[in-house]
Amino acid sequence: MNFPKDLQYTRTHEWIRYEGESAYIGITDYAQDQLGDLVFVNLPEVGDEVMAGEPFGDVESVKAVSDINAPVTGVVEEANEALADTPEAMNEDPYEAWLIKVGEISATVDLMDAEAYEAFVAEEG
Amino acid sequence: MEAKKTPLYEKHVQAGGKIVEFAGYLLPVQYPTGVIKEHMAVRTACGLFDVSHMGEITVKGKDAVRFLNHLLTNDYTVMEDGQARYSPMCNPEGGVVDDLIVYKVQEDDYFIVVNAANKDKDFAWIKAQVQGNVEVQDISETIAQLALQGPKAETILKKLTAEDQIPTGYYTANFQGTVAGFPAIISRTGYTGEDGFELYVSPEHAPALWDLLLENGAEEGLIPCGLGARDTLRLEAAMPLYGHEMNDEITPRTAGLGSFVKMKKEEFIGKEALERLGKPTERRVGLKVTGKGIAREHQDVYADGRKIGVTTSGTHSPYLKYPIAMAIVEDAYRAVGTQVEVDVRGRRVAAEVVKLPFYKKD
Repeated sequence: MNFPKDLQYTRTHEWIRYEGESAYIGITDYAQDQLGDLVFVNLPEVGDEVMAGEPFGDVESVKAVSDINAPVTGVVEEANEALADTPEAMNEDPYEAWLIKVGEISATVDLMDAEAYEAFVAEEG
Repeated sequence: MEAKKTPLYEKHVQAGGKIVEFAGYLLPVQYPTGVIKEHMAVRTACGLFDVSHMGEITVKGKDAVRFLNHLLTNDYTVMEDGQARYSPMCNPEGGVVDDLIVYKVQEDDYFIVVNAANKDKDFAWIKAQVQGNVEVQDISETIAQLALQGPKAETILKKLTAEDQIPTGYYTANFQGTVAGFPAIISRTGYTGEDGFELYVSPEHAPALWDLLLENGAEEGLIPCGLGARDTLRLEAAMPLYGHEMNDEITPRTAGLGSFVKMKKEEFIGKEALERLGKPTERRVGLKVTGKGIAREHQDVYADGRKIGVTTSGTHSPYLKYPIAMAIVEDAYRAVGTQVEVDVRGRRVAAEVVKLPFYKKD
C-alpha cells in the first residue's frame, strides 16, 4: 500500500494536497482497496461550500456506497468531472484521481502525515 | 453466535479473499481480482464459488410426494429421478418462508437445498408441517457445495469427470457422480444466469476438489469468485433473493413467481390466502437507472409525484455497465418503458421499467 509523503490524511481515509491557497482532495489507496471496484462518484458543483468533517460527496463500488468527507471547510473551485466516466481511475491511481479542489479554506479537521496515517491504517486493518 | 467457517475457509484466506460474515458464515465477498473481473469471468469463461453455507435437507418416506405437494406451492407429482424443481415455500398467509430447490433422488427420496440464512427456520418449519410417513433430516453439516459457473464450466468439468456422468439437461442432477475420484452430486443448476454446475461433496474432499478445479480450469480462465459477484450475477439474471424480492409478507405472485404456484393443486400451505388475495396489486419489475446514481435496496420509487413502490435489490451491472435494480411497484406502473424516479439517499434519480431478466445468455 502506498502512502505518499507530500500528502496529509484524515481518519476517514481522504488525502489532501495543498497548492498555494487551495487544496486538492481525494480518497486514499487504503480507501479504494477497502471499497473495491469503484463505479460511480457523486461530486459537488463549483461554488458549493464544503464543511470540515462533513460529507461532500460519495463514491460507490459495485457493492456499496461510501461518503467522502471534507478535510477542510471551503468553497469548491473545481470538481473532477472526468471521474464520472472513469471512476476506476480512483482504484488505479488514487493519488492522481483527485475529486475536488477547494479554496477559501477556513477550518481543518485533524490531519495526519504519511507516517501517522500508515500506522493508523495498520491498526484499523 | 460465532460465525462458522466452511471447509474452504483456509483456501479463501490463502487466496487473499476479503472475508465477511454472511448468514452466519465467514465467506469471501471478493478476491484480489475484484468483483467486476470475477463477474465477467463467469459471463465469458468460468468462476468457482464456495456455497457451502447453503442448507441441505432430506425428505424421505412413503408419503414424501404428498407431503411436498402440501408444503410447497409447486407440483412434485410427476418427476424423473435426478430432476430438480424450484419452489417458493409459503406460510398460511401466503407470504414466503423461503424459496428452495427440490431434487428427486429416487422414489420416496428427495433432497432439498435451502438458503443459508433460513436453514434453521426452514428445518423447524418443515418438521412442524410433517404429515404421514415422512422423515425429515438436516444434513447441511455433512455437505460442502462448490458452484462451477460459466460457458466453460462443462469443458472444465470434463477434465475431472467421465462425460457420461455429467447431466445434460438444465435442472437435472446425477446423485451417483464422481468428480476427480470424489463421490459427488453433480447438478446442472446455478444462480448466475449461465450454464454451470453445483457440486455437492463431503466436507473433507472439498479443499482438494477446489484446488483441482482451479488447476484444471486455469487455461479456460477459471478464477475463484466471492459473494459480491454472486449477487451481481443473480441480479443481472433477475433471480430473486430471499429477504429482498420476497419475504414472509411478500407473496410469490407479487415477487413474479406465479408460475411456480400451482393453484390447481388440491391444497398447499398458503393456497387459501393466495386465493383470497387474488391478483396482486403490486409486482416485481426491473429498473434501468437512466439518471446519475446507483439505486440500492430499500429505496422509494416515485411516479406521478407520489411513492409507488420500493427497490428490493440494486447495483451497478458489470456486464451491462449501467445501474440496475429490481423493485416492487404498484401494478399500474409495471409496463416496460414506464418512467419513474428512485430516491437515492435524498436525490431523485430517473429510472425506467425494463424487461426482466436484464441479462440472458445466448
